Amino acid sequence: MVEYRIDRRSGVATYVQIVQQTKQALRLGLLVPGDKLPTAREVVEATAINPNTVLKAYRELEREGLVEARRGLGTFVRKSLGATPVDSPLRAELDAWAGRAREAGLEREDVAALFTSVLDEHFTNDHGKGDEE
Amino acid sequence: MTGTAMEAAALGRRFGRNGEWALRDCTFRLPAGSVCAIVGPNGAGKSTLLAHAAGLLRPTEGTLTVLGTTPAEARERFAYVAQDKPLYPQLSIAETLRLGSELNPGRWDRAVAERIVADGDLDPHTRVRTLSGGQRTRVALALAFGKRPELLLLDEPMADLDPLARHQLMGALMAEAAEHGTTVVMSSHVIAELEDACDHLLLIGDGHVRLAGPLDALLAAHVLVTGQDGGLDPHTVVESRTTGRQLTALIRPDGPLDDEWQTTEPTLEELVLAHLRSPGAPVLTLTGEDEDWPETWGAAV
Repeated sequence: MVEYRIDRRSGVATYVQIVQQTKQALRLGLLVPGDKLPTAREVVEATAINPNTVLKAYRELEREGLVEARRGLGTFVRKSLGATPVDSPLRAELDAWAGRAREAGLEREDVAALFTSVLDEHFTNDHGKGDEE
Repeated sequence: MTGTAMEAAALGRRFGRNGEWALRDCTFRLPAGSVCAIVGPNGAGKSTLLAHAAGLLRPTEGTLTVLGTTPAEARERFAYVAQDKPLYPQLSIAETLRLGSELNPGRWDRAVAERIVADGDLDPHTRVRTLSGGQRTRVALALAFGKRPELLLLDEPMADLDPLARHQLMGALMAEAAEHGTTVVMSSHVIAELEDACDHLLLIGDGHVRLAGPLDALLAAHVLVTGQDGGLDPHTVVESRTTGRQLTALIRPDGPLDDEWQTTEPTLEELVLAHLRSPGAPVLTLTGEDEDWPETWGAAV
């Protein structure tokens, strides 16, 4: 199960935030196929947002084939995203790298900038693909 | 989930034979299942409108229907929480809820009412007289929710609540709307908290409807532009300001805009403030006939 965190000052539409956070959970393996997403009722009770916003996000995820709505049962994950579960070796390498960067005296922003620049070198064509509206 | 929760046709109300018009020429339609914010300056007519919907006031002219009939006929199917949260001060909270159950035979949902009270850490034996303003609000809302209404009319419901209680009760409101398709109509001055919760907007100014319709459509109909001071014809200008050579304006575009303008979609706050500062801006009412109102609640709820 995931819990959504709505940032009202981010400038990102609320339903897009839900889509992005779901995808993030799928990428990290926090959600796997067969898992149930929280119901619209549960999400709006915790976040005080309009129910239609949640439904819009879930429809978007369904349209992308990531989840499916089963009538009367709920919305379920159909497939995962990427191949980077929380305990993957790649994550461990990145974790070690971040530790070294910190020891070297880099600030959080320095590390983020460095990471982004490398990311941009390797993934030139699909920058932010799928997350933008 | 189709149908009309509230509809006004040329609604007008005057207090006293030669008094001022508190409402005039109000025409709008609110679909069932929507969550609607009523906003407007102090004295605009928000409370008067809600009191008409609740059947406490009669129109001087025009009509207002709720749930497809007169407010009197629909009385059992809606709940109304007035701004001053009227309750019986000598009753305890438990007695107040019992009153709710006795007055709403066959409808009363004890669990939902008791949960709202319990969420506020209120002892059911406390007398209403000794409650703080925010606690009274909670009890009044518990009474309204317990009625399991099809339509909730709330006049400034969140005004005297602390931030946590606000968030909790707004969440509870949204949960009701999600699970039971309850239509919620609430007036408020706190625009930021309405933006994420509401899907319809009714902006009232000086007794008249200024903006009405689905929030998305109203926001999409407006553009904030900045650029070199120049002509904005043929677009409708709601508000414009010039600083040096720079012009900033909120407009309703009529056709494509010139490339030299920088454009952004306004936030709800920007939309409302611009209209409040420009009382002369033309009225805009959108119906949202093309909305795909969710029929898929079944799965996601």
